[in-house]
Amino acid sequence: MSGWVAACSPGDIDLEDVMRFDYEGRTFAIYRSPDDEYFATDGFCTHEKAHLADGFVMDDIIECPKHNGRFNYKTGQAKGAPVCVNLKTFPVKVEGGQIMIHTD
Amino acid sequence: MTAVDLNPARNPKRDYSLVGQSTKWAIETGLASAEWYHSDVSRKTMKELMRRSDAPAIRDTILWFALILGSAAGAICFWGTWWCVPFFLVYGVLYGSSSDSRWHECGHGTAFKTRWMNDVVYQIASFMLMRNPVQWRWSHVRHHTDTIIVGRDAEIAVMRPPNLLRAALAFTGLLDFRFSLPTLFRQAFSGLNAEEKSYIPEMEWGRAVVAARWHVAIYITTALVALATWSFLPFMLIGLPRIYGSWHMVLTGLLQHIGLADNVVDHRLNSRTVYMNPVSRWIYWNMNYHIEHHMFPMVPYHALPRLHELVKHDLPEPSPSMWHAYKEVWPVLLRQLRYEDYYLRRELPPTARPYRDEFHNFTLPAAAE
Repeated sequence: MSGWVAACSPGDIDLEDVMRFDYEGRTFAIYRSPDDEYFATDGFCTHEKAHLADGFVMDDIIECPKHNGRFNYKTGQAKGAPVCVNLKTFPVKVEGGQIMIHTD
Repeated sequence: MTAVDLNPARNPKRDYSLVGQSTKWAIETGLASAEWYHSDVSRKTMKELMRRSDAPAIRDTILWFALILGSAAGAICFWGTWWCVPFFLVYGVLYGSSSDSRWHECGHGTAFKTRWMNDVVYQIASFMLMRNPVQWRWSHVRHHTDTIIVGRDAEIAVMRPPNLLRAALAFTGLLDFRFSLPTLFRQAFSGLNAEEKSYIPEMEWGRAVVAARWHVAIYITTALVALATWSFLPFMLIGLPRIYGSWHMVLTGLLQHIGLADNVVDHRLNSRTVYMNPVSRWIYWNMNYHIEHHMFPMVPYHALPRLHELVKHDLPEPSPSMWHAYKEVWPVLLRQLRYEDYYLRRELPPTARPYRDEFHNFTLPAAAE
């Protein structure tokens, strides 16, 4: 099943931080930017399968905890070695006090 | 601490090639790209530790360049007299040893908050070290994925059985120089070899060759200046510090993993934290907290002492000094000459979680049969 899925409440994520969301055997990373906007990407780094939710958010960058690979979590763009493959991103909306992500 | 004598029949003979039998064994057993042990640190605390700042690295880099330029000026000024020697001693360590820690931290992208600052210092330090900046970025990625996994880690400094003559000569910088400079020339003129291609993605091969060509061009220019001025001084300033100034890098760097376990997935077993004097820590940018660095590579060098305080209850007792660490490891190296599976297993404090060493234990029943 896919489509819009309630992932968490806005208060579950600190400003400029990330949290992990598992759904139907898949792992996503949900971000709250310094401007209080929400974004979502695949939960694993495209370099070596590390959980991005254990990484570090700086402005619009998520840094992988394993090798410091960096992505723009808003666009999914890989920002250079050791990450070469972009992250998949997913639409996010806040509705009814919930952060919803579109898992397609 | 205790030293553990393992049955050599359990594992295949170590093959340090990155495309050989040990590589295959590491992949088959799941040692390659495994999940590693981490001490517990709360997310809130870890975020504070990971926070980046330009200020400490800018301060240290200004001081670094000022000392390099000052000592170079003194060496040039007194060239031809014995008074130039102390200036070269300082210049050599700053060029041939401090560059290693700058290369390392900027390669991780943790030294500065600003990306381009990391990149600039990384390129300069790579040149000083005669390291191809593209190749070594990837070799270090592999070192963090597969730390001291034989056949996978491209940065194992002392292999087993240890070549003690080679380890001693490392302090002179000669062996590394003899390897690094020809490697740059080979990469510049005929490209990467099979081992390098095993850990550098294909899309980066061209960049690696271009980087090698830039380095080679600077060395050729240095040689031309030396010829034109009929002086050895240009080599003393560019290139040779990699020989006469690398002793501190080797002194501190060898201790990172020497004599400890290989083929395990717990950094507490294969890495070493050593307390050091403040000068060495500045030169080394706190990489003496090496277990902590491997467990949490996103923590900048200036936050490692704080991280150490938070997790030390879960780590082996740090070596109290470099002297103590070498004294402890020397008999282990001697024993490894005859039994290469022998290693130093450092005791954990009672407050620590047990070692994650299932890859060692996994073959013990077979050994007991």
